[in-house]
Amino acid sequence: MDPLKHVEKELKKCVKCGACRAHCPAFAAWQREPAAARGKVALAQHLMKQDITLDDQTYLAMSKCLLCGSCVEKCPNEVPTDEIVIAAREALAQRRGLTTFHKAVGRVIRNRKLMNFGAFAAAILGPLFFRKVPATSGLRLRFPLPFVGGKRHIPQLAKKPFLNRHPEVIPGEPGKPRIVFFVGCMTNFVYTEVGEAALALFRHLGCTVIIPKDQQCCGLPGMSGGDLATVRELAEKNLAALEKYEADYIMTACATCGGALHKFYPLVVGKRNPELMARLKAIAEKTVDAAQLLQQLGLHPAETGAGEKLTITYHDPCHLRTRGITRQPRELLQGAPGVELTEMEGADKCCGLGGTFNVYHYDTSLKINAGKSEAILKTGAEAVVTGCPGCMMQLSDGLKQAGARTKVMHTLEILARKLH
Amino acid sequence: MLESRIIDALKEIVGAENVATETQDLLCYSYDATQMEFLPDVVVYPGNTEEISRVLMLANGESIPVFPRGAGSGFSGGSLAKGGGISLVTTRLNRILRIDQENLLAEVEPGVVTEHFQLEVEKLGLFYPPDPASLKFSTLGGNVSENAGGPRAVKYGVTRDFVMGLEVVLPTGEIIRTGGETYKGVVGYDLTRLLVGSEGTLGVVTKIIFKLLPYPEAKKTMLTTFDSIDGAARAVSTIIGNKIIPTTLEFMDYATLQCVDRRFNLGLPVEARAVLLIEVDGDRELIEKQAAKIHEVIKPLGLVEFKVAKDAAESEALWKVRRLVSPSLRDVNPDKYNEDIVVPRSKVPDVIRRIEQIQKKYDIPIVNFGHAGDGNIHVNIMIDKAVPGMEEKAHEAIAEVFRAALDLGGTMSGEHGVGLSKQPFIPLELSPTQIATMQAIKKALDPNNILNPGKMFPVG
Ligand SMILES: Cc1cc2nc3c(=O)[nH]c(=O)nc-3n(C[C@H](O)[C@H](O)[C@H](O)COP(=O)(O)OP(=O)(O)OC[C@H]3O[C@@H](n4cnc5c(N)ncnc54)[C@H](O)[C@@H]3O)c2cc1C
Repeated sequence: MDPLKHVEKELKKCVKCGACRAHCPAFAAWQREPAAARGKVALAQHLMKQDITLDDQTYLAMSKCLLCGSCVEKCPNEVPTDEIVIAAREALAQRRGLTTFHKAVGRVIRNRKLMNFGAFAAAILGPLFFRKVPATSGLRLRFPLPFVGGKRHIPQLAKKPFLNRHPEVIPGEPGKPRIVFFVGCMTNFVYTEVGEAALALFRHLGCTVIIPKDQQCCGLPGMSGGDLATVRELAEKNLAALEKYEADYIMTACATCGGALHKFYPLVVGKRNPELMARLKAIAEKTVDAAQLLQQLGLHPAETGAGEKLTITYHDPCHLRTRGITRQPRELLQGAPGVELTEMEGADKCCGLGGTFNVYHYDTSLKINAGKSEAILKTGAEAVVTGCPGCMMQLSDGLKQAGARTKVMHTLEILARKLH
Repeated sequence: MLESRIIDALKEIVGAENVATETQDLLCYSYDATQMEFLPDVVVYPGNTEEISRVLMLANGESIPVFPRGAGSGFSGGSLAKGGGISLVTTRLNRILRIDQENLLAEVEPGVVTEHFQLEVEKLGLFYPPDPASLKFSTLGGNVSENAGGPRAVKYGVTRDFVMGLEVVLPTGEIIRTGGETYKGVVGYDLTRLLVGSEGTLGVVTKIIFKLLPYPEAKKTMLTTFDSIDGAARAVSTIIGNKIIPTTLEFMDYATLQCVDRRFNLGLPVEARAVLLIEVDGDRELIEKQAAKIHEVIKPLGLVEFKVAKDAAESEALWKVRRLVSPSLRDVNPDKYNEDIVVPRSKVPDVIRRIEQIQKKYDIPIVNFGHAGDGNIHVNIMIDKAVPGMEEKAHEAIAEVFRAALDLGGTMSGEHGVGLSKQPFIPLELSPTQIATMQAIKKALDPNNILNPGKMFPVG
């Protein structure tokens, strides 16, 4: 079946009013209609009608979307362009095959054995990793990436992945919530301190924290390339891992993983695999963002977050903002003694990472990010705080390129300052 | 298809990276908000006046149609390349050239987005009032060419009232300036007024001098609910009859309210049959008095609820009712024709009654809302194109709506323009002599009929 059939109704909703031009970060960067949501919807409509010939240009046009959901949030007709773009990329992949890069991504995120952090980095961080990998390394041969950029600053990789550090079940007080922690690749391999902070905070609240060992990549990198077979495989494995334990909540500290579990699993995977829908929905309903849950469970940041004076500014990750989680992290941060929050201009604007977008369009991704760095620097804050490890990597890169020393931190790190 | 020689010449003028011929590019410049589609042969993004002039000289010499385009948010197909040709996109000309605080004016390029300009002048305590609902994405060049208006037109007027002067590239490639930087000026014909609203058929606007105002000290928003449409309509003329000119007088009929309520649960009183969103601005003390006076004079007209916003957040909440209209409409039917007739203010109740009759006659849902303060009503004919015969019925209904507006001394379109959508109806409003006069002007400026051909005038 043509994947675009899954969004046939949605495609009709777009009346080409152009409102997305005001909100689409890709359009802001390119200033050309094919980059705007409206343009991509138009292309998808024609892809479905099969009245245009496919070539590399079609791929290129469809690749210009960060799946950030900014347009979806603001569209007067509620057109789900993110869902449409995923379907269009799937259709392109079916008709012409996956790109080399996305084949590589799929191979790695699907394979538990390959999923050590070297391979992870090669696939997900692609170009950034390759600066550290010698040109003779087999990794490079395995993942020939023609678009490796040389400028990128890459984060330090953790010595030991988060998932290997803790037992599967960390019991809390009886009667307190049982929480399954969906860790995500970035936290597992790069920002392990975010995982540690999450653990410390929920243990402080007396919760039982369960970290299923056989959890996988959420699959969003595959989804963003149109490799829905891989995403389905991962979703099924994750379902099994997450269902294994009786739990009150499934908690994520990564906005993107949260977005995948909460929104894209039912919306994209469920639509294509109706037999999984009920289970996907059950997982989606239980999925909460860490900051949201901490507030809900009554965390007092005054007890856990006290520390030296620190001026901060907060960046809204797209996949928290579009789920309405903007107030909670700010309120918690402001409650932490010593922390002083100054809002930046355009805190709600996308940082430009966009899953694998930054690999295809590194320069544009940087351009989007440059505006972000400028806004951060204008506040004079010592640290920029956010709720997504993906954004953290992108923000760090941008700030380093701008020659700034601003720290990049996760909300949970600030909230757990006293617990370390 | 254009010869490669022409494409090369265009590349030579604007640079190869600013010429697009790939199918995906052409597709993305084939539509506007009317949902019609016509593929151009090439999309060109010039960077300055001289390049536009050279493109037009080339096109004029070779008789290639050129279609100026801003954001492509037009509601009448004005920017569409019907028959093929060059889509000339102005969005690279996006600089605010100067804001002159002593003379209260600004000079801009046409590709500047309306809201961006507004925010920039507001930083200096200045005010550019025209506020089409598309202001977050439409371009100022598009606003000038369509003579766009918005809710604030009641008090401040439309785009035309703020244009002091223009720089324009004529279809033959010559560059002229019209008007200037002075409020007064009577030398020669008023070409500025001719060009504003000319829908890109007479020249390409490359610079605009706008008049600015001081930003008003304060504003006050009121949401008023009536038990009849008549009450709401009479409220409009009563308020103005009492020598108060609000900034905004937005009106929503019962069908509109039902749509919004079904989806967003507004909690309106059960007696509600029409709503007026009223805003006054100006001196802080004065607007308090005006709000009190408005309440007093509309009370006897079947007023069932009167809400006043205490602060900006509350004002935003009241405006939300109006903003939710668009997204709710499609629950009635998937497709719509959005017409924007105007009648003299006092005739609003009459035209609404006529539309109710038309709705009954054709059995098609019609939802009305809009700028009651200046008699500009958005008539939304809600149809389902999948239902056989419904589209044809809608066309007949539209013609009758237009006739009703004209009978009452109004016009077919207050803001959206003629473009392609209203072409067939033009003879309803304009006499053959009027049309001939306009065509003579067009011919004088565009002898080869290359600039936005096939628009505005009746075909054949
Ligand atoms: C959701 C929505 C709400 C809207 N609300 C309003 C409203 O409240 N009031 C209103 O008046 N309109 C409204 N419109 C219609 C539209 O936004 C306006 O007509 C706007 O002025 C068009 O600007 P644009 O940049 O999109 O122009 P385009 O659609 O690109 O072009 C419009 C016309 O102007 C010509 N043109 C554009 N730039 C130039 C130039 N530099 N020189 C010469 N000709 C040029 C084109 O050839 C075309 O004929 C709305 C549209 C939408 C989709």
